[in-house]
Amino acid sequence: MKQTAAQQPNRQAFTAFRSSPGVLFWPAVHVLCCLLSAAAGFRFSRLLFLLLFSPSPPSSSSLHHRHLLRQPPPAILPSPPPPHIHPPPPPAAASNGVVVGRHGIRVRPWPHPNAAEVARAHEILARLQQEQRRRYGVKDPRPVLVVTPTYARTFQALHLTGLLHSLMLVPHPLTWLVVEAGGVSNETAALLARSRLAVVHLPFHEQMPVRWHDRHRLEARMRLHALRVIRENQLDGIIVFADDSNVHRLELFDEVQKVEWMGALSVGILAHSQREGEKGQSPLPIQGPACNASGHLIGWHTFNTLPYAKKAAAFVGDGATVLPMKLEWAGFVMNSRLLWREAEEKPGWVRDLDEVGINGEEIESPLDLLKDASSVEPLGNCGKKVLLWWLRAEARSDSKFPAGWVMDPPLEIIVPAKRTPWPEAPPDLAFQVIADDEDHVEVHPSKKTRSSRSKRSSRKKKKREAHVDAQVSDLFNRQEK
Amino acid sequence: MGSGTWILALLVLHSVFDGIYGLEQEVNHRTERISGSAGDVLEDDPVGRLKVFVYELPSKYNKKILHKDPRCLNHMFAAEIYMHRFLLSSPVRTLNPEEADWFYAPVYTTCDLTPNGLPLPFKSPRMMRSAIELISTNWPFWNRTEGADHFFVVPHDFGACFHYQEEKAIERGILQLLKRATLVQTFGQRNHVCLKDGSITIPPYAPPQKMQTHLIPPDTPRSIFVYFRGLFYDVGNDPEGGYYARGARASVWENFKNNPLFDISTDHPTTYYEDMQRAVFCLCPLGWAPWSPRLVEAVVFGCIPVVIADDIVLPFADAIPWEEIGVFVAEEDVPKLDTILTSIPIEVILRKQRLLANPSMKQAMLFPQPAQPGDAFHQILNGLARKLPHNEGVYLKPGQKILNWTAGPVGDLKPW
Repeated sequence: MKQTAAQQPNRQAFTAFRSSPGVLFWPAVHVLCCLLSAAAGFRFSRLLFLLLFSPSPPSSSSLHHRHLLRQPPPAILPSPPPPHIHPPPPPAAASNGVVVGRHGIRVRPWPHPNAAEVARAHEILARLQQEQRRRYGVKDPRPVLVVTPTYARTFQALHLTGLLHSLMLVPHPLTWLVVEAGGVSNETAALLARSRLAVVHLPFHEQMPVRWHDRHRLEARMRLHALRVIRENQLDGIIVFADDSNVHRLELFDEVQKVEWMGALSVGILAHSQREGEKGQSPLPIQGPACNASGHLIGWHTFNTLPYAKKAAAFVGDGATVLPMKLEWAGFVMNSRLLWREAEEKPGWVRDLDEVGINGEEIESPLDLLKDASSVEPLGNCGKKVLLWWLRAEARSDSKFPAGWVMDPPLEIIVPAKRTPWPEAPPDLAFQVIADDEDHVEVHPSKKTRSSRSKRSSRKKKKREAHVDAQVSDLFNRQEK
Repeated sequence: MGSGTWILALLVLHSVFDGIYGLEQEVNHRTERISGSAGDVLEDDPVGRLKVFVYELPSKYNKKILHKDPRCLNHMFAAEIYMHRFLLSSPVRTLNPEEADWFYAPVYTTCDLTPNGLPLPFKSPRMMRSAIELISTNWPFWNRTEGADHFFVVPHDFGACFHYQEEKAIERGILQLLKRATLVQTFGQRNHVCLKDGSITIPPYAPPQKMQTHLIPPDTPRSIFVYFRGLFYDVGNDPEGGYYARGARASVWENFKNNPLFDISTDHPTTYYEDMQRAVFCLCPLGWAPWSPRLVEAVVFGCIPVVIADDIVLPFADAIPWEEIGVFVAEEDVPKLDTILTSIPIEVILRKQRLLANPSMKQAMLFPQPAQPGDAFHQILNGLARKLPHNEGVYLKPGQKILNWTAGPVGDLKPW
């Protein structure tokens, strides 16, 4: 429990032999032992007494008693003799009480976890957590309606699976509205079928464009489409806009239960900053509600695009930083009754959904659905808690991947690594062709490839064999859907 | 006609009380009332049930010592100091010793600290003896009963045996002069020389404000199954192992260091209190002495204490039914600890958590400043009140002497 001050090192052994004859003999031995200990570097005098006088391990001698020594200091300490010697009773122990003195360290023969017990412990934990949730968590949770725009592309499996698992862990009733650009595809349907959630898979008959700016716009229209579906079917619940590449905390789904009509959350923006002579970590940019000292909404923290002006990505998959819009949809949640045609106590500051988005009106954030943005409720301790992170990471738009990310049958060609060069220069991408036409797009992408190529060429010492990559790309073409 | 109205009134009253009772039942579903062998006494109010007279000792017994080393206010033996302060301003204090039921002498015996902050008890017997000599010569009340209606707070490792090593403490035994007094101490072990009948066992001092600042939201899921932070081997004092904790802590380490359910280590993280709130079971094994502040921390943070200390007597054992709140594991059963803990039925675990959630339980383990109703100070006074009225053996006949003033080691007789 606590460390007593190490005042007298050899007290234990010493007092046990108090009764021995010769008052001066034992102090002399003690001094000798101290000197020898100082020379040897460890306290061995007790060991000497143990060996000479085979002293008493105490009376609780059960058969599965085993004297175990832990990792000893550099000098070796042999284990003390086994407890077959009946010990003299220690000085003042009570007759049936606990015995003072040296006890053995009981270790069972196989000190490893038992799988059945671990499973049982996890059952106990799950039941206790359920009870905790029932006692302290959200009472009467409302259903959650999750709106996700998506489209089939290389990283779709990566992002959608992550989101899928997050949603499967949400303890409240959940309906997932997945709006897919380009119509319903088998890949997406296969991914969604793996979850046990209630999924509504909505087609959206436009292809996802290659420019980020256009992609943001299309996603907004896709979300509006989902909102219209909610309105038509009078789905009840709290609408959460979860983009497939975002990262969500489970506390988010508990926090949104507090919303009455429309709420705003803080979103952490994972647009990685370029380190250009910038020492030290810059804080994570946050988008979300800004409150005054009494907790009322007074404004919005938006994303400052100035530091990234020159490095913003223009095309999907071009490898530059993708920037969010001023206010991302993901940072807003709303009560679905705001969209219904008829709902009791529906506030007057929300626009009718039928009038939104017509005549070419561009909806940038859910605030455009409102007439008056001051009634939005700040959530997450007035925006101080970040409950989700926004991220966009995509592969090159012409990247190939095997269907369902499964190689079946497995590759037959095994090429040793040192003879597998990457292609010297990647084929010209679509946007590079467009870049030649438009002036304001920088030559950045091609510059990048040139530098990476030179890096690669400096690394490679041997001659490259250009035909191998042709084989590899052939194989991919074969596997392509 | 008259009886009819009476019956109607009775029925109405009955239904009203049923309604109230029903509400109470609902509230109590979350926590349960705690009643030990002495009954449902945790929330008793001691005011009016006893009177305590506090001796005015010279400040060399208390204030000067504290002034020399203010660290005494924060370590786990600080109860003696806070008890004194509490009694000075408590309504149970009386300035008239003739009407007092209990007498208290404030001697801070545990305030002589090493540079590391550990108390050295070597001068404590002499200090206590000197204080008792003082009160027996200046006031008549000690000699009247030879201390049987006096109480002292002795929170050190082995109580009034005044030593930190168990063998030495047993050898010394309880200080002769305190043989008739009531001892308020942290140490408690059945059939042990250093625990006399009628002692009141109290929890060690743990700083309440510090624990309050580390509270986390109660809906944070408890995901750690077993938690423990502390030493398993005391390398400085017991390098071969086997003496420290009677080998029990070492046994815990050797058996469960590879077990994923056991989050045990010697590392002391800054999130120690927060981690306890995320754990279901907290181990409270013995160390050099059987008691530990871990018990207090576990109760405050709602973690079920797993007490591994044979024959231990826990604080306020007559007011708190520890068997129903904690899990007791014999030292020889430590290798089977995982089997024992995973085979506890889930309803029993839920009930233990409900009992721990009772705020009066947590309050009874703490020494808040200023004192609050139901806290450890009040439990001590309740314990003293339960021992009243004094039986006839307390008062000595004139000329009768029981205590031997010259007994004990020679070194104790030196003046302090």
